[in-house]
Amino acid sequence: MGTIVFFIFAILSIAAAWMVVTSKNIVHSALYLALSFSGVAVLYILMNADFLAAVQLLIYTAAVSLMVIFAVMLTLRGDICESNTENKSWFAGALVSGLLFVVIGLVVFTNADWRVLAAPWTSGGSAEDFSLLLLTRYMIPFEAAAVLLTVALVGAVILAKGVNESK
Amino acid sequence: MFKEMHDLFQWAWLIPFLPFLSFLIIAFVTKRSKRLSSTISILAILSSLSLAVAIGLGVIQSGEKIVEHPAIVNVNWLNIVGLQIDFGTIVDPLSAMMLFVVTLVASMVQIYSLGYMHGDEGFSRYYAYQSLFASSMLGMVLATNLLQLFIFWELVGLCSYLLIGFWFFKVSAREAAKKAFITTRVGDFGLLLGMLFLYVKFGTLDFVALSAAMNTNIQDVAVIGTAGYVTVMAFLVFMGPVGKSGQFPLHVWLPDAMEGPTPVSALIHAATMVVAGVYLVARMFFLFDHADPMALQFIAGLGAFTAIFAASIAIAQDDIKRILAYSTLSQLGYMMFALGVGSLTASMFHLMTHAFFKALMFLGAGSVIYAMHHKQDIWEMGGLWKKMPITGTTFFIGVLAISGVPPFAGFWSKDEILAHALHNGHPIIYGVGLFTAFLTAFYMSRLFFVVFMGPEKKENHPHESPWSMTIPLMILAFFSVFGGFVALPEHNFAFFIHYGTFHHEPIAWGLAGISVVAGLLGIGLAYATYIKKAISAEKVAAQYSGIYKLLKNKYYVDELYLWLIHHIMDGLAKILYWFDIYIVDGVVNGLALITRGSGRVLRRTNTGQLQTYAMVFFFAVVIIFMVFAFGEGQLSALNPLATLGGVK
Amino acid sequence: MIGNFSVGLSTYLLVGAMLFCIGLYGVFAKRNIIAVLMSIELMLNAVNINFIAFNRFIWNEKIGVNYLLTGHVAALFVIVVAAAEVAVGLALIITIYRNRQSTDVDDLNWLKW
Repeated sequence: MGTIVFFIFAILSIAAAWMVVTSKNIVHSALYLALSFSGVAVLYILMNADFLAAVQLLIYTAAVSLMVIFAVMLTLRGDICESNTENKSWFAGALVSGLLFVVIGLVVFTNADWRVLAAPWTSGGSAEDFSLLLLTRYMIPFEAAAVLLTVALVGAVILAKGVNESK
Repeated sequence: MFKEMHDLFQWAWLIPFLPFLSFLIIAFVTKRSKRLSSTISILAILSSLSLAVAIGLGVIQSGEKIVEHPAIVNVNWLNIVGLQIDFGTIVDPLSAMMLFVVTLVASMVQIYSLGYMHGDEGFSRYYAYQSLFASSMLGMVLATNLLQLFIFWELVGLCSYLLIGFWFFKVSAREAAKKAFITTRVGDFGLLLGMLFLYVKFGTLDFVALSAAMNTNIQDVAVIGTAGYVTVMAFLVFMGPVGKSGQFPLHVWLPDAMEGPTPVSALIHAATMVVAGVYLVARMFFLFDHADPMALQFIAGLGAFTAIFAASIAIAQDDIKRILAYSTLSQLGYMMFALGVGSLTASMFHLMTHAFFKALMFLGAGSVIYAMHHKQDIWEMGGLWKKMPITGTTFFIGVLAISGVPPFAGFWSKDEILAHALHNGHPIIYGVGLFTAFLTAFYMSRLFFVVFMGPEKKENHPHESPWSMTIPLMILAFFSVFGGFVALPEHNFAFFIHYGTFHHEPIAWGLAGISVVAGLLGIGLAYATYIKKAISAEKVAAQYSGIYKLLKNKYYVDELYLWLIHHIMDGLAKILYWFDIYIVDGVVNGLALITRGSGRVLRRTNTGQLQTYAMVFFFAVVIIFMVFAFGEGQLSALNPLATLGGVK
Repeated sequence: MIGNFSVGLSTYLLVGAMLFCIGLYGVFAKRNIIAVLMSIELMLNAVNINFIAFNRFIWNEKIGVNYLLTGHVAALFVIVVAAAEVAVGLALIITIYRNRQSTDVDDLNWLKW
């Protein structure tokens, strides 16, 4: 059952990702991106990361995809069907990425000792455990992340707003 | 007794210090007041003179003790690992004699300059230089090690430069000053190399320590290397005296140095600085003694050659100061070959007497020039005897002294040199010395007869010089007459200043008679030629016009040097210039061109395309990853995957 | 909670690698700068999959029971940074578009010689 679910959603997210980079229409790309994110969220659930799955759905599938679509809307010009073409060196890019995948695959398969648990860790991953950890051991990074988000928010506003024309 | 004397000798540092103080005071305080400046300078040098006399008397009283154990005071000056240099004073008969001679001549010259330099613009400056010179010269005499000596050696060179170029508004004076400085530098370079060599081999530059090291280690090949090293050191060290004491072929600067004021010539270029080289050889005599005998033979040969070479030039010169300058060169050659034949005593003795009578003659010549309103051609003078009796008489004493007429000072010293040359087995050098003595007597008498005798010239209105100039003449004349008596057995000069084991040699009256005859022959020949006109100088000159021109033009040595510099040096310089422009600059410019060219080519790779950069970056990551993960050999030792358990 | 299924670590890692390489290809090949940004998001997601997979399957005694969720925390921070990045990146894109009337990466080459 779990295996079937895994393969369905793994294939779904990979296929969606494939469509993101191959689609000629940028709006389609953005929608496939949301689909891919959703598939990954299901993989998270399979790995007992319930809270992260929720975060993935909320932030990636909803917020990020939405923002991307807004950006597309704001910057779009010309034919929408030709809005997301490849550049001249796409083949070289494919070659390099393919090569990297082969190398990673080789490492994954040839490495004998990953020190894998006899039985996968099944507990944990709930919001309760997670928040406990965040507010004790990882409190300072947590606060820093909050500051980073605020700064990014302000920066994004300033950048997008542009120079004050009235001056 | 000795303890008290030692206390006295400890104050020897005051002798150079007082003139130095006077230099500082004149340079920084009193230079506006001419009278004050000269007073301070003369007071300082007179104090030094009295101290030098006191030390001289102390040395004589100490007798044997001071000969065996010089009174040395050393203060540590430089102390780095591997280099230890002291500053100090050494009082032994040699330095005491030099102190006396230098302070005496310096005080005489400074007093004399009151009259000679009267009214000169740079009067205070002149006295500042004089003080600095006296200080440096005395410091050099008292030096306990080679480096200290070298420092003062260069300082006297500097003073010589400043004083030759004292009238720097004259082009010839400037040129002469430069020539003197640069020519002596050639020799100093050798001296410096010799010092380095000595320090490397012996680890010290202290005279006493060096002497001891050589005496104990001369057979020890492990310490000295081969005996040839010592000979090389001796030759290198000797290069300094060749430059400083005007030995052939570096003699060319001394005649030109006569561009300076005449008292300066008397002090620096006759009596004191030029004998510094002789003094250095005397100080370092142990080095030459331990070197191959060839070294001393070379010194003897070079000295003798310089003596006759310069004397022959002096015959054909017309400028009163130049005649004296070549005479000085000739006498310096005498001192050198005296050292070369192994007689430290004779050389130092001649150094002393020569200082007296040559300073006397230079100051006398200055007096003449002063009276003639700065004419220096002897043929424009004549009959000055009657107008300038004191100058004339004292000058005549000087001529007799240098010609070796008994009982004047030069007779004793010259005779001793010639006797030693013959006794120590150098008959050729003896012959050359004897002939030089004849030539010396001839050209000196010629000078005297032409200037002081003969018909008076109407256009001249000479008058005797002021007292400030004639009193030093008289004092120096006194020493020129009686200075030779120190060699008499009861005064024992030879006992105080000698090298090796002392054995007294009586004066060889037979040999002395021969040299007196040579001197008298020279005087007689000059008398016959220039007073009686029995021999026509013009005819002789015309008959041997080739030789005459050769002598007149100083054997064309200056011209040879000029030719060498123009053709060899300039040619070399042109080649090097070409090398610099095309090879050195070419390499530098070529590097720049390569850098610029490669930059021009490589900047094409900087496309501005972000994706290209990322692609290259990741491609490199893949390559590195593969090398680490699957590479063989050394790189796999760095395998980061090994931390994960290893790929293989 | 879906337990007891047999998909192992390697499989997850391969999924992550595949997503990463697809994203990388997008970064290399796409013209539209927004597509490049999307590809980067894909790569970040692949990284997150790896974090969580390692967290789940790998035991290290040094970590200790209290810190078992370290991988999750890392993933969360990646998400945070990614969110910030998207916000700023899109703002930048809009600004560039406003100035240059273009979102083509090939045109963004003014910082060369």
